[in-house]
Order: sequence, then C-alpha cells, then structure tokens
Amino acid sequence: MTEENDVYEPKILGFLCNWCSYAGADLAGSSRLKYMPNVRVIRVMCSGRVDPLFILKAFEKGADGILIAGCHPGDCHYQCGNYKTMRRIHVLKKMIEQMGINPERLRMEWVSAAESTRFVNIVNDMTEKLRELGPSPMRCEGDPCE
Amino acid sequence: MRVGVYVCHCGINIAKNVDVDRVVGEISKLPNVIQCRDYHYMCSDPGQELIKKDINKYELNSIVIAACSPRMHLKTFQETLKSAKLNPYMLEMANIREHCSWVHDDKEAATIKAIALVRSAVAKAALLEPLVDNDSPVVPATLVIGGGIAGIQAALDVAEAGYKVYLVEKGPSIGGHMAQFDKTFPTLDCAACILTPKMVDVSKHKNIELLTYSEVEDISGFIGKFNVRVKRKPRYVNEDRCVACGDCAIECRLSGRVDNEFDEGLGKRSAIYVPFPQAVPLKYTIDPEHCLFLTRGKCGKSPKCVDVCDANAIDFEQLPKVEEFEVGTIIVATGYDTFDAAKKPEFNYENIPNVITGIEYERFFAPNGPTGGELVLSDGTVPKNIVFASCVGSRDKKVGNPYCSRVCCMYAAKQAHLTKERAPDADVTVFYCDVRAFGKGYEEFYERVQGEGVKYRRGLVSEIYEEDGKIHVRGEDSLIGTPVDVEADLVVLATGMVPNKDTRKLSQMLHISNSPDGFFLEAHPKLRPIDTATDGIFLAGCAQGPKDIPDTVAQAGAAAAHSIDVLAKGKITIEPYNAVVNPDVCGGCRICEVLCPFDAHHFNDVKGVMEINDTLCKGCGVCGAACPSGAISLNLFRNKQIISQIEAILND
Repeated sequence: MTEENDVYEPKILGFLCNWCSYAGADLAGSSRLKYMPNVRVIRVMCSGRVDPLFILKAFEKGADGILIAGCHPGDCHYQCGNYKTMRRIHVLKKMIEQMGINPERLRMEWVSAAESTRFVNIVNDMTEKLRELGPSPMRCEGDPCE
Repeated sequence: MRVGVYVCHCGINIAKNVDVDRVVGEISKLPNVIQCRDYHYMCSDPGQELIKKDINKYELNSIVIAACSPRMHLKTFQETLKSAKLNPYMLEMANIREHCSWVHDDKEAATIKAIALVRSAVAKAALLEPLVDNDSPVVPATLVIGGGIAGIQAALDVAEAGYKVYLVEKGPSIGGHMAQFDKTFPTLDCAACILTPKMVDVSKHKNIELLTYSEVEDISGFIGKFNVRVKRKPRYVNEDRCVACGDCAIECRLSGRVDNEFDEGLGKRSAIYVPFPQAVPLKYTIDPEHCLFLTRGKCGKSPKCVDVCDANAIDFEQLPKVEEFEVGTIIVATGYDTFDAAKKPEFNYENIPNVITGIEYERFFAPNGPTGGELVLSDGTVPKNIVFASCVGSRDKKVGNPYCSRVCCMYAAKQAHLTKERAPDADVTVFYCDVRAFGKGYEEFYERVQGEGVKYRRGLVSEIYEEDGKIHVRGEDSLIGTPVDVEADLVVLATGMVPNKDTRKLSQMLHISNSPDGFFLEAHPKLRPIDTATDGIFLAGCAQGPKDIPDTVAQAGAAAAHSIDVLAKGKITIEPYNAVVNPDVCGGCRICEVLCPFDAHHFNDVKGVMEINDTLCKGCGVCGAACPSGAISLNLFRNKQIISQIEAILND
C-alpha cells in the first residue's frame, strides 16, 4: 500500500462467511470500532466455500496474510461447513510451509455476528504479527526468496 | 460486459473518510467500466432513478454499487435492477462503509482500500451471469410434532385456515403437561375447562389427522415438500371398536398396580388404561411393559380384558404401522421435561416421601388426581406446614441450567394459594431468590397470595433432611442475614423445565440447531423467534425455551401464521444461490456427496455423474471447494469470479 515509500505494510486478504463473520465485521463498522486498514474482505456464503486454490492464488498475487473467518463450531448456518474449513486449513498450513510460506500467514478464526470486538482484535493482532514477519516470500517478483 | 459503477457518499458516512472523487477517477479507468458515478444517497429514490436511467441509456448489463454492506441493501438494489429490466443477479456490492469508512480514520489508507474493494467488485461484476429464481410447489399440509397446548393451538389455527394438519403425539392422548394441571396462574382458570374443549376440537376437525401413540421416525426434503415417516405404535386395542366403557381396566389382573405416569406415579392404573378420563382419543391402550400377556405370554387362563370386552376390541396381534405422507411445513411443539429433582441430592427427594416436585403437588389439587383433589398425604393426614423451595434446577450452574424457567415462581404462588384454599390454617412458606412475576396480572397475583398469609422468605434452600420423623428445611434468610431451619410436613420443590429428552434426536432429523441451554434455536432471538434456520420449520412453545401458557399459545398462533403464509402462496421462490455440476467435467468421484449436510447430492448411476437438487441445496459451496475436477461451481460465487476478485483486490 505504501510500498512506494519503502515502508512495508502487510496486505491481508479476508474471506468472511456471510452469516457470522461478515456480519461481525459489519457490526464493527456500525459500532464505529477502529482497526488497521490492512485487511480487505471478500464475502463468501460459508467459510467452507474457501477453496484451497483461493488461498494459494492469493499468496501468489502478493497477499502477506490470509484470514478465514467463519461461525463458531456448532453455529454454522449450513450446519457443519466450518468443520470442513477447519480440516482443510490444517492440511493447507502444512502444505504452504513446505512451499516456504510461514504457516502463521494463514489464520483461521471463529467470529460470530455479535463479536465485533473479536474481529477488530484479530485484524490488529494479525497486522502486527505480519509486520514482524515481513513481506511474504511470494511477493518478491522474479525469484522466490525467504 | 458493460459495467456501471455507482459510488455512494452515504451523506458524509462514506465521504468523510473516503475520497469519493478519487475512487470514481480510478475506477473509471478500469476495463469494462462504461459509466462510474457518485451520488449522496444511492439508496434514495433519485439515486435509484439515476442507476435505472443509466442502465437504459448506456445499455449497462452489470452493476456495481459501492456503498454499505450487502447485508443491508442488496435486496433494495436488486429491485432497482429488476425495474430497469435487468436481471437482479447482475449486481455486486462493494462494502465501503461498514468495512472501510466507518472503521478507518486515515483517509488516505481508507481511500486506497475503498478503491481496492470497488476494483474487486468490478472484476466480479464483469463475470456475473444472469440467474433466475426457481419456483417449487408447496404441499398444502403441515406436520405438527407434539400434542401439548402448543401443538393443539398450532394445529387448530392451521386447520381453521383450510389446510391439512397431521398432529403427531408420542403418548396415548393429546393434552401434554397442561392436562396435568389443576388451575392456571394468575387467573385460576381450571386447566381442564380451557384445554379439554380444544382437545375435542382437534379430534373433531375435518382437516386434522390425529396420530397419537406415534413417533416421527424420519423426515427428509425441504420447505414445500417434506417427506415424513411416522411409526404408529400398537395399542393392542382396535381403536374403531373400543367404546371406552372401561370394563377391561376394572377387570385387568394388574388393576391398581401400575404406576400412573399421568399422576407422576402417585396414582395407580391397570395395564390397560386411558391416562385420564378426558383423554383424546378416548381409547384404551395396553401398556406393553406391564401387561402380563405381553410380557409373559400368559395371563391366567385367558386375559380378562379379552373376556369382558363386548366390542371385541382387544387385539394382541397388532403390529407397529408405518405411515408416510408429505407436508409443506413443520411446526415443532415438543415441549419440555421437568427437571429431575434427584440431581439435587441435598434435597433428599428420592429418600423422603413428603418431599415432592411441583408437578406432583399439582396432581393433589386435580379433581381427576390420586386424591380426588383433596390435600391429604399418603398417611391420610392433612399437612400443616408446607414449604416451597424455588429455583430447583433453574438458575443453577451446578446442574448445568443457568437459565430461568420462567414459570416456577408463579406456579409456586398458585399452589401456595390453592394450599391456603384447602387448608386455611396451614403454615405456608416460600423460599425464593427473586420472584419473577413478569406477565400480565402476575405481580398482582403474587401480591394477592402474600396477602393470603403465605410467607415469603428470601433465600434459597440449601438442604432438606429428616430428623425424628420431621422434615427440616435449612436455608438462609438473606433479608435478616441469618440461617434458618424450618420444620415441614410437606416440601414442594419448584422444579424447572429442561429440554424434552428427544430434542437432540429431533434436531438432527430436522437439521435445526440447539441453543446452549439445549432447547431448539430460533433464527433470531428478537425478530425471528418462531423460525428456525431451516426454511419451513417453525417452533412453538417450550420446545424453543421455557414459557408460560399465554406465551406458548401466542407463539403457537404465530407458528401457525408463518406456516399458513407458506402454504397459502402455493409455491416457494428459491434464490439461485445453489451449486451446479458441469456433467462434462464431473468424474463421478462422489467426494462432494458426503460433504453435503443437506443431502442435496444424488449420484446419477446411469450417467456416472453427480446431480444437485436445486431446492435442497442451500448454497454453502462446501462441495465446490472440495471438487477435485472443478466440476462444481456455486452460483454467484463461482471459482473464476472469486479468483478474479482476489487478483483485483491485491492488484496495487
């Protein structure tokens, strides 16, 4: 975002489920809570919709971190989509580690429609962590680094 | 694709923290964008008019609205598109208010983020495809599960509107807990007088098919067409022949020797019985757990019930019957169970006979109860000291029930009043924590009972024990700050409500959730307390949470109205948020089949490909994310659409 000034600011891509986490982020807005502008959100109906391909694509396109947020276990609007997410992300973390991406760059969280503060804290915390980690190795154009 | 982009100022809600002009300038440069404009309030009439005019003038075929959350106004703008004769699904919203201007103070950063969000929406908009809503016919019938007051009221309301109702009740009679009550608070209406006429109405109504002594075994399908399978347990009595003369029960070799559940075990019945004289249907049932002939294969020379039945109604050959039918909607009215007082061992409920629960005490007052409505203990004496203990199994984290059961304070007050009515000299004490007299006329009733000489002592009971043949109730009077120990002839535990033990089984069958308290979860605690997250399934009464009778009846009426609403339309509109299979790509691996929580996937053996039922599919997209060949895509969230969004949102 401000790379022109040589100050690294992490780019976080968020996939939020329509029923819980997107609504929680909406509530953060209507409650006028403030958080880091580093996260950009794509709405999906269920966190279980997040194809591992999307995550790899986002890393390829220069995301420094990816947040997948869904309903708490037991609360899924589609009954059990979030359990599917949980399994996939566990495997995917191992996979990206082998690709040289720190698995901490991929984060899965449960945020209910009422947990606006939780959403804010997660975004801020993730931004801080990614600042420490530095840019994603996939971001460097040309040769892979890190 | 000819995309039009409309950036809203939302007064200053967006414009204050996002440089709208800069957003418009940047977005105008994007390929596919034919028109990009800003306006103060896009959702207002002039705002919508502007979009409509542009659609026609510039022949736009896809629209992006950069404004508030799609959860707020997606439907509004879909209508705008429709009125401009554009397919309503050719619309994407960029949330630059809740997710941007309201949460970021740094205008530069917020503007850059807003541009990225709109760019992402434009990328998706360029790949949208027109979709049509599906219509599905509705079977004009409702299944009501549970025949208590909630189920009875809901069934009558739906039937009165002219639709078929199947009322399924587990027990041999409808009536539920309310049939066990003597009087109802705060008006002291006789429960039987207000309930039994309704029970008769149910049995007589031409639109209601009453399936008592039956259980729902399986439900599949969806709103408009649920397939229901009900098991009818054998009564071993031919219902058409039984005239309810009762001779069989009098002659039964176990007459007066089987605990009567309706009297909470305080009264006795025969092995062939009706639970209570006003039962509906008034047909005898043989209890297979006790009947000598059914348990041992022999009952004297021949079963006496067979000998005395002039109508030849006894039929030991009866087998369970399965009935299957279709309904458009379902009302769950399965009620509650009373808290098991044995879970509070310090109250010695199981050890001291004269420590009883509220519902047991209720049977003392009922004219059709074990004492014929007289207040006499099992030893024939009239109790002089009666103590009520409140909040037994409610507001008690130790037993896992942090919630208030909402009726115990009031039924204890009612029973205290009824006690005073029968034994005016009796000393009646109620130990309470708070008195929750929240309903219409409740506080007034509570005051009246206090005026009748019922003593209220603030503090919960900690222990009940027996010493020298006397029951002692120990607790703390927290108003005077001292421990107290009161003698009693009878202690009534005001036990609370717990979810019906079949709740979990039923929620799995219906795919509906439970709240942390174990009752069924409503779709929204305030605005949709009758609906469940599954369309076409509604809740009535205590199945959703503890309730008194007025609230139960009100909710049952509302559930009926919601049900009638679906049935009256005759068809349901299904938004096309569903997954579709490309049969040319599908390899038939069937990975998706087991992932679908809605059983929407059906494998076509002939073609060797998966097929998805549009009506069953709720559009979560779990299958699409797992499809190894990329054959499944989710309408409005297709892979290529999301990937284009990812590329665009990160492209700065």
